[in-house]
Amino acid sequence: MTDSNVHGQHPEPEGPGAPHRVIGTPSPAESRSMLAPAPEEEHPPARELPPAPDDEHANNAAKLVAACFILAMLAGLGFIACYFIFNDHSLSAVTRDNLALGTTMALAFLLLGAGATIWVRHVMPKVEIAEDRHPLRSSDEARAEFAETFKEGADASGFVKRPLIRRSLIAATVPVALAPIVLLRDLGPLPYKSLDSTVWRKGMRLIVYGTNRPITPAEFNTPGSMITIAPEGFQNDFDAMAKAAVIIIKMAPGQLQPPTRMNWTVNDIVAYSKICTHVGCPAALYEQTTHHILCPCHQSTFDATRGAKVLFGPATRPLPQLPITTNAQGYLVAQSDFREPVGPSFWERS
Amino acid sequence: MSWITARRRHPAAGYVILVLGLLLVGAIYASVTGGGTSASAAPQATVAMHEITTGRQIFLQDCQTCHGFYAQGTNEAPGLIGVGSAAVNFQVGTGRMPLAEQGPEAVQKPPRLTPKQTGEVATYIGSLGGGPAVPTDAQVSTSGANVGLGQQLFMANCMACHNFVGAGGALTYGKFAPALTQTTNRQIYEAMQTGPEAMPVFNDTTITPSEKRDIIAYVTKTRTEPNPGGFSLGRVGTVTEGLVAFLGLLLFMVLMAMWITGKKKGNHGAES
Repeated sequence: MTDSNVHGQHPEPEGPGAPHRVIGTPSPAESRSMLAPAPEEEHPPARELPPAPDDEHANNAAKLVAACFILAMLAGLGFIACYFIFNDHSLSAVTRDNLALGTTMALAFLLLGAGATIWVRHVMPKVEIAEDRHPLRSSDEARAEFAETFKEGADASGFVKRPLIRRSLIAATVPVALAPIVLLRDLGPLPYKSLDSTVWRKGMRLIVYGTNRPITPAEFNTPGSMITIAPEGFQNDFDAMAKAAVIIIKMAPGQLQPPTRMNWTVNDIVAYSKICTHVGCPAALYEQTTHHILCPCHQSTFDATRGAKVLFGPATRPLPQLPITTNAQGYLVAQSDFREPVGPSFWERS
Repeated sequence: MSWITARRRHPAAGYVILVLGLLLVGAIYASVTGGGTSASAAPQATVAMHEITTGRQIFLQDCQTCHGFYAQGTNEAPGLIGVGSAAVNFQVGTGRMPLAEQGPEAVQKPPRLTPKQTGEVATYIGSLGGGPAVPTDAQVSTSGANVGLGQQLFMANCMACHNFVGAGGALTYGKFAPALTQTTNRQIYEAMQTGPEAMPVFNDTTITPSEKRDIIAYVTKTRTEPNPGGFSLGRVGTVTEGLVAFLGLLLFMVLMAMWITGKKKGNHGAES
């Protein structure tokens, strides 16, 4: 199937003197001219088609072409057969169905193309024929005729003479042109103040997300513990949880350092927003050995012992700390909402 | 019988019957339970003592170089008083301990100690006081567990490190969260209780034993879900196969285009 080397030589495909042309580079300047026909004498003399080769190589190639076409026919028949064989629309069968149909169809087209290519390359005579494009510019008569027709049509339609139609037509196009601009509103709605606050309120209990149980410092008492917390009553409100999710971490005594707000902690339990300040992923990889909180999306790393200050990564602000305390029953509750907006920065953030 | 027949209507007969009945019940109860305790308590204590002394022997051979003669800890390794038998059973049972070399993370390897030896060391460390004990078979059984709740808890607290089906993931400075695909139920339970390496602790008062079983049930359930494709990248689907097919077919199409448009080298027909 390789190109024929029967004659063992590689004659230069272009005439002597013609610059060697690399695929993808512009053709020589004279043949690029599309506006006017190139001078006649630069055309190569027209050649008669040489006779089709009739040697052994061409005969073998013809058999190969026929084999390709027969296989393509069989693949096409197989496609039809597969359509009926796999006529089962269950979810698991549809994958086999698609594989069989796709394979047979691909084979049919591929073999057709391969056969045609071998046919052209090895059976047909090799000849190069140059054909110039006709000039793109219309003749002067045609141009004059078009101008005349256009003017006739314009006069007949009364576009100039009847301003009522003309102006109403222009007015009709204006809303259509404006419509895409109006649709930009769907990029909203504007968040207004909704990003500044969460649902956390004074006295709201911290509940373990999933089990929905409030929790006491006595229960959450093993240093190195971490758990995801929801505000009570909002554990199934995903809009609220998107901002209000919190992790609480129990430290060993003395581990918490400023700038952690110590009067916002209870018994070395500290609560941080779970929403990363970079782009809002859930930052919940807590390493109890290093006290790093790591965000899985872009590896922002926060130091849980030092007010979740940024150690590494694209986040620019610490995770906001939720002020917590205990209520009369001993459960962990919020002292208030977060004192700053949680999550990523935004334009209006104060 | 005439003796009973004569006195069965005696005013004291009812009390006599009652006293006899109580004595009988007491005797049966004693034979079933009391006798049992008196018979088996001593051997059990002996077995535990034996386990503790054997465990201490193994500890002295394999652990005390780093953890100290009294398991009090050294500059090289933490003290083990109060970590509980569950921590020992996890660390030694997964081959992480004895440590092969200092590094960012103790890597899992074939256990050095047999399960029996591991249990003995665990009993010894457990006997030093405090810490969670090795969970029983019933505690790590997933029969009747709530997989849905387990999934919710896993997604909230475990997924960030261990991937949503427990395929594992990277942490900072060379540490990593291991895959949970081969982990036994007991090891998952012990890991939650004790927080090995960088993993946080989930004690029994925060995540109850029943909820721990739910989490284990979710982790083991994901293993049985269909996972099409070869290199699944933690069950993201047949993405790798798609990439290989895409690149392979792209290359194939480029080669086809080159074949179709390439100049013929031979000089069939007329050649100027």
